[in-house]
Amino acid sequence: MFTRSEDQQLLEDTTKRFLEAECPLDKMRDLATHSSGYERTFWQRGAELGWTSLVVPEEVGGGSVSDQGVRDLALVAYQFGLHAAPGPLTGSNVVAAAIGRWGTREQQAGPLKELLSGEAAGAWALAEAPPNDALGRIELRAAETPDGYLLEGVKSPVEAGMDASYFLVTARSGAGLSQFLVPSGAPGLRVAPLHSLDMTKSFARLEFDHAQLPRCSVIGEVGTAAAAVEWLSDLAVTVQVAEMCGAMRWAFDTTLEWALNRYSFGRPLASYQEIKHRFADMKLWLEASLAIAAQAADAVDRDLAERSELVSAAKFYVAKYGLELMQDCVQMHGGIGVTFDHHLHLFLRRVATNTPLFGTPGQHAARLTDILEAREGPR
Amino acid sequence: MNETDDMESVEDFAARARAWLPGNMPRAADGIGGYKAVRRSDEEELAHIDHCRSLQRRLFDGGFAGICVPRAYGGQGLTDAHQAAFNREIRGYEYPADTQVPTLTPCMSVILEFGTEEQKMRHVPPILRGEAFWMQFLSEPSGGSDLAGALTTAVRDGDEWVLNGSKIWTTGAWWADWALCLARTNWDVPKHRGMSVFMLEIHQPGIEVHRIEMLSGSREFCQEFMTDVRVPDSQRIGPVGEGWAVAVRWMYHERTIAGGSRYVTSPAGQPAVALDPTGGPPALLPLLRSRGLAEDTRVKEEIGESRAITLVGNALTGHIAEQIRTGAASEQWAAITRLWYGTTAARNSTIAFDLIGSSAVAWSEEEQDLGEIGIRFLMRQTSCIAGGTTEMARNAISERVLGMPGERRVDVDVPFRDVPRNAPSS
Repeated sequence: MFTRSEDQQLLEDTTKRFLEAECPLDKMRDLATHSSGYERTFWQRGAELGWTSLVVPEEVGGGSVSDQGVRDLALVAYQFGLHAAPGPLTGSNVVAAAIGRWGTREQQAGPLKELLSGEAAGAWALAEAPPNDALGRIELRAAETPDGYLLEGVKSPVEAGMDASYFLVTARSGAGLSQFLVPSGAPGLRVAPLHSLDMTKSFARLEFDHAQLPRCSVIGEVGTAAAAVEWLSDLAVTVQVAEMCGAMRWAFDTTLEWALNRYSFGRPLASYQEIKHRFADMKLWLEASLAIAAQAADAVDRDLAERSELVSAAKFYVAKYGLELMQDCVQMHGGIGVTFDHHLHLFLRRVATNTPLFGTPGQHAARLTDILEAREGPR
Repeated sequence: MNETDDMESVEDFAARARAWLPGNMPRAADGIGGYKAVRRSDEEELAHIDHCRSLQRRLFDGGFAGICVPRAYGGQGLTDAHQAAFNREIRGYEYPADTQVPTLTPCMSVILEFGTEEQKMRHVPPILRGEAFWMQFLSEPSGGSDLAGALTTAVRDGDEWVLNGSKIWTTGAWWADWALCLARTNWDVPKHRGMSVFMLEIHQPGIEVHRIEMLSGSREFCQEFMTDVRVPDSQRIGPVGEGWAVAVRWMYHERTIAGGSRYVTSPAGQPAVALDPTGGPPALLPLLRSRGLAEDTRVKEEIGESRAITLVGNALTGHIAEQIRTGAASEQWAAITRLWYGTTAARNSTIAFDLIGSSAVAWSEEEQDLGEIGIRFLMRQTSCIAGGTTEMARNAISERVLGMPGERRVDVDVPFRDVPRNAPSS
């Protein structure tokens, strides 16, 4: 995806070996029946490899391998995509990043430690169900009370919502956006499971019904979280896009191998010009996706002025052409490509599931126009 | 060749460029802000080319022309990193856009790679001084993509060759100076083994330049008719009969136009070919705002898509060029970039046409620029045809990048004379 430093290569290689051993594709299909799609010990051992600490400042227990924590995390995510691996990678990292940057000492002492060690999983309750699903739209209310805050509203879908011990909840309060750290057992919070296209990911719907939160559950200052939410959202999309690139890579390589070895009418599928030209298009989409995913990770890492533009361009492109690529790979396989027995659907599910979450391709395209308009100044 | 001994560092070089540019190169007009169609009369085109020559001359006088070209041939003898630094510094300034393609690449690139010492000494310095514009005599009316099927014939006559045939799709041959010409020198061997490449002056007896009128009204593309054109053997480039090896590298250099050529000067982040001098769909924003459409979801998504195309294209071009530079990928990967620019330019054309609506098909005097969008849409496929079709790029990617089997050939092991071909066109 991008040039790796030695340490990054090591992180990626150990992740790859671990996932190869722990997540054979046959096992991934069996996980369909497991409630959260993975074993807690799997996640804790992954945390030991560094999966949960890369975007958390060193002072509070985190640490990247290269001073490019977002890129490190993108490499891990790429491997997750390549192995259709389960686990709360996006959620735990986003929640840990938020506590690490803006959390209180107490939050950093307790919940953050659990997230870093993999003992607990985190989930970001950002999205809201239609019709409140426009990019950046937050309708869940947080009202100030004498004892703290009263949350009222619904968050859905929340990725890793069924296995998370801690939710980062983004809410609207009088002054603006606020973020809260909410334990899964908080009074007034109902966590209901959702069905999921991706068998190895769990999703939940969170209903806050007069949920009373103590004052200490705020992360950062009340009403001033807009910039933090945007940064975290760019981070989440970066992870998501890198993961999709990994899944696309698996599908492309596997399908090319198939086309070279599968004979039809006495010659390999790969010898037909129609098939060759479709592979050429897919190769273009794959390389373009890898290139923009790397630039997005770099921009978030260094918090460049073009950060949001590159992230939205990446989400738009990778989601749009990633799905095309996945479905073309199915087409190249023919009937076997839509069976449960073939592994292809594990990757198709991953790419399809990531596509609308944290902003649809269309919403990210529209965001690019908003950024252009803002740059042109007042009208 | 001890050019590396006391080579100026990239930082010093960039600082020198930064200090030199403001007093020597004009500032570029702003990109985004209003849609402006670009169409020139012949007089305007000639004035534009003269301006381009003078910009190239300024670079030469300032010591910034041919940054990667050896000093012996009038260049600076520096490295790709120096060229890349200059491309960053020249952002916001005018630059000799029309000199880059096809004069510097592929033509000069081919001369540098295959030319004799005398040929390089003679031809490279005038190019770098902006005195000579080169064109490609490559495609023929008998077949577009099948370049090795050229019918133009060169017959040896003492120290000279006599050329007969026709070339087509040369942009600007009516004002350019020199051409690289692929010709058949032996009809009795298989097609790829009977070709040679020549350098020839365009304006000489025996060459008739005919301007082709495109459906847009443009008359930039030309067809040349060569009748008993005499070319000295000293103007042959590469060995007799091995012209296809030259042509293969020639086409490679052509594919690097969109990014990756070490000889191209163009502001970083922009492809060397100004694929859309109008600024593309984002430049339509002010107009759409005035029509009350700026908040329309479809409008925002389509303009955003166009913006994403630019950003992803920049990332892809850098990614591929880096892979080729480090040897992680073969030069064949340039076909990926070519396919990108062809297909995305077509998409941009469609987006603009879609956004403008009826003004692109029926327009008033004041809306000439909008009508131009309709005309550009009719010309949309040009980006997928010119410079090697996207189908040829897909062949190259599938066969030479992905290792898929080649097409079955009926024209490789037989004398070219016996290969079935089109009847001569009039």
